[in-house]
Amino acid sequence: MDSALIPEGVKRCPLPLFILGVLAVGAVLLWGVYAMLLCWIKGLNQTNMNDYYGFALWIWADLAVIALGGGAFFTGLLRYLVGKDELKNIINFAVVIGFICYSSALLILAIDIGQPLRGWFIFWHANVHSMLTEVAFCLSCYFAVLTIEFVPLVLEQRQLNKVTFFHHLGHNMHEIMAVFAATGAFLSFFHQGSLGGVAGVLYGRPFAFRESLLVWPSTFFLFTWSAAACGPCFTILVTKITEAITRKKLVGDPAIHTLAKISGWMILTYIMAKTIDTVYWALVTAPEGGFTLGQFYSHNAFYGYWILIAEVIVGGLIPALILISEKGRNNPRMLVLAAVLACVGISINRWVMVLQVMAVPVMPFDTWQLYIPSWQEVATTILPVAYGVLLIAFAHRYLPVFPQEKELNP
Amino acid sequence: MSNHGKKYGMLIDLDKCTGCGSCMVACMAENNVPFKKDESNKLVSITWMRVYRLTNGKPFPDTEICYLPRPCMQCEGEHGHSPCVSVCPAVATDYDFSTGIVSQIPTRCFGCRYCMAACPYHARYFNWYDPIWPKGMKESLSPHVSPRMRGVVEKCTFCFHRYQQAMEKAYYESREELEENEYQTACTQACPAGAIIFGDLNNPDHTVTRVVGPDDAHGGRPKNPAVFRLLERLGTNPKVYYTSTREWVRRQADNDAARGENAGRH
Ligand code: SF4
Ligand code: SF4
Repeated sequence: MDSALIPEGVKRCPLPLFILGVLAVGAVLLWGVYAMLLCWIKGLNQTNMNDYYGFALWIWADLAVIALGGGAFFTGLLRYLVGKDELKNIINFAVVIGFICYSSALLILAIDIGQPLRGWFIFWHANVHSMLTEVAFCLSCYFAVLTIEFVPLVLEQRQLNKVTFFHHLGHNMHEIMAVFAATGAFLSFFHQGSLGGVAGVLYGRPFAFRESLLVWPSTFFLFTWSAAACGPCFTILVTKITEAITRKKLVGDPAIHTLAKISGWMILTYIMAKTIDTVYWALVTAPEGGFTLGQFYSHNAFYGYWILIAEVIVGGLIPALILISEKGRNNPRMLVLAAVLACVGISINRWVMVLQVMAVPVMPFDTWQLYIPSWQEVATTILPVAYGVLLIAFAHRYLPVFPQEKELNP
Repeated sequence: MSNHGKKYGMLIDLDKCTGCGSCMVACMAENNVPFKKDESNKLVSITWMRVYRLTNGKPFPDTEICYLPRPCMQCEGEHGHSPCVSVCPAVATDYDFSTGIVSQIPTRCFGCRYCMAACPYHARYFNWYDPIWPKGMKESLSPHVSPRMRGVVEKCTFCFHRYQQAMEKAYYESREELEENEYQTACTQACPAGAIIFGDLNNPDHTVTRVVGPDDAHGGRPKNPAVFRLLERLGTNPKVYYTSTREWVRRQADNDAARGENAGRH
């Protein structure tokens, strides 16, 4: 029925089946929207956050999606600036994923402040010393850049592309995409970094506080680095999931393997830097605040050393080793395993930097604070996932996201 | 008017504090601190002044108790920035260099709660709920302090409106300086045990400065061994000082786990 809208020469599932899938995911989306409206209308009392736990589940989700969305800027950087030509086959999809992640991040922030109508204060009364101001500015600008990168893809939609103006607009935008890729990489460096800085400058919270390199805390660089390293793994992972669902090969191996190899080396170097940072913090920074490392990982029901091992070894070193070895990344199962572990690793890192920071008691007579999210928090955290699934479903069905699809599925 | 260079601070004598909670009540009444429907969850209750209960951790009959009132420490930070001030993206909280007080502008706060994450003393409170005023109470709210709405952060301001009132009066009487007791916080006045002393740490004639020691009032570690501040090692440079003759109390002021003290106390 909708065959006139589907890119030429490719096959898609029957429309009723597609609609059924969309309705199922749409129901989850609506559940999230309902929870979101509750948070806006009734207030953040709908969450289980409190005065000790002012940052909680969805702030973690926010940081995690931004990190995972890092595949967009890094793939763009490799494709347009470094000249890795084979990545042209995955860049469109990387941009779609990045667009989803960043629009989700902005949505979560709008929910998080509980008063979205006052959100503009951050721009109007901007405090240039605050890391959050930098995050807000760079995030908004980068989202604009991602939108600009996404538009040509929409304009290439079969019917839209028949309109001469759209055709030329899309073509010309493609021509100058390197400029936007460079701008995106620059903005990403700062907002990923300032998100790391958000935690790193908290000198009242020794678990998060890091010494500064230049004017930034070391977490500034670690966040950018880790997003560039693990973002591509998320792109690979979502590509593989999309391939599994559509039962089609959508991206050729050279693009995937190039991305995987670079990602592997990036993760390895990141983990080395992260280890050095952790050792310095454990031996110097934390003791200066009167803490020992053990204090951050004991006397509570949840945060043990396991979390450090899970982040650095399981979610860092292991995927890095798999991806840098040719045998590892050529084995489809190992490749997916490595991508999953890398995504888990970076998510744990963001979890730790948001939730464990809040949980650790700082005053000597204080106690650990653990919290369990309310259903509203869970629903609003799942909301972006449902939205992402829908956007990918529509993009895959109607937009020429995968330039190799025809040749790979004759 | 030369009101430059004042630095208001507080000294709380923990040997005198009985934990009666008068300071908490006075603070709430003075500053229009709102109520909510269910006050049982203390993690979302607003208590600008909060009294902690400390113990020496020993079993009966050697158990000792100490009550520690905790207002906002009005941190000065190492670079003139308290932990909360430098992080606020909207300058909704600011350090006033003419009084040393960290102000809070609720109408400019948009509720990101970054300042709460930054404050190690948990001195900041978010309005999770719409304020509720029990019947008749609305009429008796203080006209000097604006009530806060849902979704913004609030905290102790050393009753800054009282400072403004005192300054207005002094100005009206053609004076530039305040007498020591002209500006006092509500908790200082309400404490029946006289455990709280409040004054200008930059004024050597004020009692608080005499006890704390003028040098200490300028950011150094108190030389008086009984005087201490909370979490000094973090560099927050609080302007609230405590005094106690009990060593176990003083030891709980700072995280000295790295030196083998206070280890495993959580
Ligand atoms: S919650 Fe309000 S005062 Fe606190 S950092 Fe955010 S805008 Fe500033
Ligand atoms: S005690 Fe907390 S709220 Fe008060 S100035 Fe210090 S950091 Fe800010």
